[in-house]
Amino acid sequence: MNVVLLLIPIALLLGLAGLAAFLWALRSGQFEDLDGAAMRILEEDEI
Amino acid sequence: MNAEAQITATQAIAQTRLSVPSMRCAGCITKIEKGLSAVPGVIDARVNFTSKRVAVSHGVEVQIPLLVTSLRDLGFEAQPIDDGTVIDEHEESRALLRAMAVAGFAAMNIMLLSVSVWSGATGVIRDMFHWFSALIALPTVLYSGRPFFRSAWSVVRHGRTNMDVPITIGVVLVSGLSLYETITGGAHAYFDGAVMLLFFLLTGRWLDSVMRDRARDGVTALLRQSAPGALVVKPDGQTEWVGARDLAPGMRMLVAAGERLAADGLVEEGRSSFDLSLLTGESQPETVLPGSVVHAGTLNVSAPVTVRVTAAGADTAIADIARIMEEAAQTRSHYVRIADRAARYYAPAVHTLALSAFIGWMIMGAGWHQALMISAAVLIITCPCALGLAVPAAQIVAVGSLMRAGILVKDGSALERLAEADHVLLDKTGTLTLGRPEPVDIGMLDQRQKSVMMALARSSRHPLSQALRRSLEAEGIVAADISELVETPGEGLFAKYDGEVVSLGRADDTDAVTLASRLRIGNEPAIDIHFHDALRPQAAETIAALRKLGLEAAIISGDRAAAVAEVASELGIGARAGLSPKDKLDAITQFSAEGRKVLMVGDGLNDGPALAAGHVSMAPASASDAGQNAADAVWMGDGLMPVAIAIRAARATLRVVKENFVLAIGYNVIAVPLALAGMVTPLIAALAMSGSSIIVVGNALRLRSAAR
Repeated sequence: MNVVLLLIPIALLLGLAGLAAFLWALRSGQFEDLDGAAMRILEEDEI
Repeated sequence: MNAEAQITATQAIAQTRLSVPSMRCAGCITKIEKGLSAVPGVIDARVNFTSKRVAVSHGVEVQIPLLVTSLRDLGFEAQPIDDGTVIDEHEESRALLRAMAVAGFAAMNIMLLSVSVWSGATGVIRDMFHWFSALIALPTVLYSGRPFFRSAWSVVRHGRTNMDVPITIGVVLVSGLSLYETITGGAHAYFDGAVMLLFFLLTGRWLDSVMRDRARDGVTALLRQSAPGALVVKPDGQTEWVGARDLAPGMRMLVAAGERLAADGLVEEGRSSFDLSLLTGESQPETVLPGSVVHAGTLNVSAPVTVRVTAAGADTAIADIARIMEEAAQTRSHYVRIADRAARYYAPAVHTLALSAFIGWMIMGAGWHQALMISAAVLIITCPCALGLAVPAAQIVAVGSLMRAGILVKDGSALERLAEADHVLLDKTGTLTLGRPEPVDIGMLDQRQKSVMMALARSSRHPLSQALRRSLEAEGIVAADISELVETPGEGLFAKYDGEVVSLGRADDTDAVTLASRLRIGNEPAIDIHFHDALRPQAAETIAALRKLGLEAAIISGDRAAAVAEVASELGIGARAGLSPKDKLDAITQFSAEGRKVLMVGDGLNDGPALAAGHVSMAPASASDAGQNAADAVWMGDGLMPVAIAIRAARATLRVVKENFVLAIGYNVIAVPLALAGMVTPLIAALAMSGSSIIVVGNALRLRSAAR
């Protein structure tokens, strides 16, 4: 019982963290140019 | 986005977006970004490869043509995008994606808790898990359910109903009842069902929205933009770039060869020829002299001219056609999408079913609580989860497949209308034909003549010269060494080769119907090269394929009767010639009045009203802006076959959508009696819902190769 009380908030927090990360990524334009991101990895001279 | 962060107060910054349709490789990204950043005044350039655009932030002193020429020097054709059209066009998709992410997160967590309840949690633990579920579910329903609540409210207010009404009632009723169950310590809470329903439905909505965005991006990337502005000579002799919107009568525009006019006007200085094909469908360029009237959207072909603006913006001849187009498009907005047509029958059926379940159980002596629970279960089970996914899933798979085949379909409704078309009307110039002259008898020249012709032709922007250059380049001809090259507008090109005068110019004495150029080398007899606006590859096969699909084709053209008759007899189809944009529109209205569903295929501005009025319309990528904007689908490449492919794919999609409906209804036939009998637990509801959705999506995936 005590374990459950500890684990459920942890599970929820982890899930919320994932959701927050996704929403942040969405807002900061990470999904704006999916094809371009795949291409940019091939650029050589970027440090 | 990053560029905005760099903005400091020291300097005025302007943002310009350019469409660069020709970027295709990883190297292009680096090349464009580095190349543009090296232009003085440019602060930052960021490529968006998906939408084939580059966003440039630069000092206000940098003029847009400089950016375009810089890109041309880098090897990319670019067009500035009108800022008014691009502001946050993906906002709707993003909002739906946010709602979907929240619903997905909530559905997973509630499911986790629900699984424990289903596997036998009782007493305090079950109540606690229900409370946790309620804490997650209620805010989620409030947030993620908004798109449905809003849409349902907007139709209910007008006394109508759509798919969103049973969804809204179902979700709200189920959430409320589950909350009641939780408070009173009951056994069943349907929070997982309510949230999962929202998640699946939002997935369908989001797919639909993404599909529209992607096609719209594709089309904007293609738009060749009737000049978004012009170089204006100020009274003090200085020149300044003025956007099309700010042009005013009386201004003097400098129009370089190869530029499109941004406004109507009178030629003041210079002689040139103008390509009017966009306005009239006529492929022969017209010679203009000082005093000639020229219209916005036409292309200056051979030499720079100065034009005094007489009408700009909404007063131009183009804007008139645009107005007819707008009126013509009104008729099309009456089309009701297939999902909404299904909802017309489905929604009342669901409401009646749930209501009769409630009344039935009340009569049979069950308490109001049990009766409500059962009608809620009926709503959850019948909620058009699979129906909501059935249409968008099939359509986005088909649209993706068509896109890979080079056909951009603008939205799902276009795909539905395409499947219904039973008659095809085609424009001639630029649609059935390539819309550019191709030399026919170039083969009779010898190597020396070809290389002289190449040297002359490549230095002119005249469409005939360009056509010669393309054909000769394709043969691998190397240009001869010529000197003292002069281009005289309306007459031709003159130069010295081996001490002799060589020229490439107009062949005056040929009849008006055929286009021809005359090559002279010294005193040798002159050679006439004839041109022909060739039919698109596979034109005849496409007509045959369309006939096999049950679509009868006919030509409606603005060109001369003789030229149209030639094409019509070659393809063996009927034709009407010499039609004005209004006549074309009337022809379509007449067909519609007979109950025919017309597919209009056209390219020019003169086809615009007809494209907008057709039940559905297609345009080639070489079409005018207006044509591409009005069309439901745009195809790339020279061939005509995409027209038939699109219809075949659209019909396959309709078939799959209907199968999906049958699947969804079949599932209801099994599940609804269970729900009516009060045998549906939250576990069964969850299984049934996800099961039917997965089957429907799986069936839609069969369309992946629809465009082959």
